[in-house]
Amino acid sequence: MSEVKDSQGPLWEVFIQTKPGQPFKHAGSLHAYDKEMALQNARDLYTRRGEGTAIWVVPAAAIVASTPEDVGPFFDPQNDKVYRHPTFYVVPDGIKHM
Amino acid sequence: MNKQEALFTYCLRLADTSLIHGQRIAEWCGHGPFLEEDLALTNISLDLIGRASALYKYAAEVEGKGKTEDDLAFFRNEREFYNLLISELPKGDFAYTISRAFFMSAFDYLYYSELLKSNDETLAGIAAKSLKEITYHLRHTSTWMERLGDGTEESNKRLQDAVNDQYRYTGEMFEMDEVEELMAKEGIGVDAKALLPKWEKMIDETFAKSTITKPENVVMQSGSRKGLHTENLGYILAIMQSLPRAYPEAKW
Repeated sequence: MSEVKDSQGPLWEVFIQTKPGQPFKHAGSLHAYDKEMALQNARDLYTRRGEGTAIWVVPAAAIVASTPEDVGPFFDPQNDKVYRHPTFYVVPDGIKHM
Repeated sequence: MNKQEALFTYCLRLADTSLIHGQRIAEWCGHGPFLEEDLALTNISLDLIGRASALYKYAAEVEGKGKTEDDLAFFRNEREFYNLLISELPKGDFAYTISRAFFMSAFDYLYYSELLKSNDETLAGIAAKSLKEITYHLRHTSTWMERLGDGTEESNKRLQDAVNDQYRYTGEMFEMDEVEELMAKEGIGVDAKALLPKWEKMIDETFAKSTITKPENVVMQSGSRKGLHTENLGYILAIMQSLPRAYPEAKW
């Protein structure tokens, strides 16, 4: 049996900004053949209900990701360093989006 | 024909074209070439049906006989529909749907940009909302024109076939009869005829990018302003209207 070829084009990751000034957050992924199609598909798939005011699309292949094997050396050494957490001062009321 | 009757007919024509085109595109729901485009097409379809709904509502108000938007959409027969013939042509393949939506979006973009200046506040309001949607429809369909036209031999052929078949239905968009003339004169409606050179320029530019050849010496089809349609309208109305006609009180 011949292998079924994926005809839906390369995978892209979508990031949506809910309001100006806010960080872009990962919303999901989609298929598209070019940048413009990726942007339009992101708009149609992920912003239909007023979720955002700006979109980033990134080719999934361009994302460099850590592997499960990295978990130990990457993240475990932080567990015993409580002084890295900013818990020793009070955040003023005027500060937003912390 | 007085001004009120003309305005009623005018709204009905715009609404019918929008509804029938929306219904046609809705036929792609669940059948899109891939998931993302399936959603894109149904979004466009919903925009068109939403615009039709607003226009029917206003038409019913203008007519003043206590009808609803649903009465106008579901309880009129083929000869009482005034949608442009191009909107009722069959769904066809993807290239056929894109080509039609491109021709109509380019026209709508120009038309609703003018309708924005209408001295009828309701129509100007509908135009303002619609124009944002149309701007997106135009962007979506013109980028697909380029991809298909400048794509593979197969996609170019399919798009060229669609353009060749549909071009004779584009002339109707620019026709002016006594209703349109009166509405334009009153500052309510749009002088569609004046939009033709701008529309042709838009089409020519996209054809060039899409390596599509413009059909020449085309004899334009006509009839929708008088309720004369192709054989396609009866079928689409049958599908669209059968449920409300069988169950007139149906609600959801």
